[in-house]
Amino acid sequence: MAYSEKVIDHYQNPKNVGTLDKSRNNVGTGLVGAPECGDVMRLQIEVDEATGIIKDAKFKTFGCGSAIASSSLATEWLKGKSVDEAVTIDNMTIVEELNLPPVKIHCSVLAEDAIKAAINDYRKKNGYEELKFEEGIVH
Amino acid sequence: MLQFPIYLDHNATTPCDPRVVDAMIPYFTQSFGNAASRNHPYGWQAEEAVDYAREQVAKLVGADPKEIIFTSGATEGDNLAIKGVFEMYASKGNHIITCNIEHKAVLDTCKHIEKEGGEVTYLKVKPNGLIDLAELEAAIKPTTILIAVMYANNEIGTVNPVKEISAIARRHGILFFSDAVQAVGKIPVDVNKDGIDLMAFTAHKMYGPKGVGALYVRRKNPRVKVTAQMDGGGHERGMRSGTLNVPGIVGFGKACELALNEMQADAERIGKLRDKLENALLSVEEAHLNGDKEHRLPHVSNISFKYVEGEGLLMGFNKNIALSSGSACTSASLEPSYVLKALGLGDDLAHSSLRFGLGRFTTEEQVDYTVEQVTNTVNKLREMSPLWEMYKEGIDLNTIEWAHH
Repeated sequence: MAYSEKVIDHYQNPKNVGTLDKSRNNVGTGLVGAPECGDVMRLQIEVDEATGIIKDAKFKTFGCGSAIASSSLATEWLKGKSVDEAVTIDNMTIVEELNLPPVKIHCSVLAEDAIKAAINDYRKKNGYEELKFEEGIVH
Repeated sequence: MLQFPIYLDHNATTPCDPRVVDAMIPYFTQSFGNAASRNHPYGWQAEEAVDYAREQVAKLVGADPKEIIFTSGATEGDNLAIKGVFEMYASKGNHIITCNIEHKAVLDTCKHIEKEGGEVTYLKVKPNGLIDLAELEAAIKPTTILIAVMYANNEIGTVNPVKEISAIARRHGILFFSDAVQAVGKIPVDVNKDGIDLMAFTAHKMYGPKGVGALYVRRKNPRVKVTAQMDGGGHERGMRSGTLNVPGIVGFGKACELALNEMQADAERIGKLRDKLENALLSVEEAHLNGDKEHRLPHVSNISFKYVEGEGLLMGFNKNIALSSGSACTSASLEPSYVLKALGLGDDLAHSSLRFGLGRFTTEEQVDYTVEQVTNTVNKLREMSPLWEMYKEGIDLNTIEWAHH
């Protein structure tokens, strides 16, 4: 199976690999997936407390090239968005942007889950109610 | 000068040796006859070529030429041996013993046998990938008619104690079938010294063409018979109908002759390269060898690089190096390798494995390049791996509640 050029580009030059200080109040961390399933994503956002804008995002991913590309792309899209806007990022837009084949759709779902988990972690730390999400598609 | 892509997947298939191709070519256009045409020179030439190839094939495994049944490959050989014995010996019993890291061609055939009213015991292998002889013997029942255990495993290269297995089979009057696809032509295999009653092997794993293989069926002590699985012209002593693939068979014969002459020298040279590759890669932190180190084919190494995922790892260099992984993402089923799981490896280590299969045309330069590329990619991906970061921070990954999906 050949990878799309965009997947290869994110794999070779991943954007925003790294770690933010998860103990800080304005940092939200989402850790999703499981080693046994072959993919684990950790996605972090750093929120500007005055504006509610995500000023930085970092990821680390254990997984295939499509998982790495999905999380790299997600961090790119998160930066500059408000937390409320970020919630609306949908896995299918990741699928379209990266031309993921059907067997790799779960990578995009994982990225969406990671975004939501990071946002909820941030909300919890800052005294907001955690958002409830419908169960994603089974993957 | 290195030429890309480098091929290190010789357990999947091998290139045809140019000498094999040279031997085959006349049988496509000039001597193209049907080996079953008894009444003209075209048929005679084809038959003669098949007879000669049958001798070459038999000689490599210490068999009599009459004991070689040509097939389309090892999947057919596995099917013919297991289903053929099950049907032929139905009056003696219906129980077959096999093991859980056999090739799918054996495992799925056994599942079929179960649907047909047969009983199958799937022995678990030891953590080193080898059969436990005591467990094998304990699994034998009065109704057992066949032990089906592979000679060498295709993913980890481990070589089973075939002589000991056959001794047990003999003692209990049970037939012993071995899928020897990975072993024949790579290490000495002798059906008499090894005590094998039926054995499947194939040309394309030993520098011959695809689409041709053989099933060895013992004729003496005991005389073994299998029920044909295809009806037709009664070729191959009635056990396998179908017009013989003459060019393929000629190529198979040539490949066997070359293997007989060159196997020892090849194994020594390739074994040294494998050891060089393996030692270099095992010096990478948290790299683990899968399968027994000693009882192993000389050209295979299966290594897990903890905290990186196999397909992601392959992507770092698979434009230039052809390799396989036990990772789920590289398989059609999306399940990680059942062979590695059977060794007791967690799914995470199974996902992190690479199989290196060296061959007759592998060079030291290729090995050095591979070591460099794999090491660099492992290091790069670990920098991106949350699991590696946790490991480095001393966090036990087993204590984390993962969101299984």
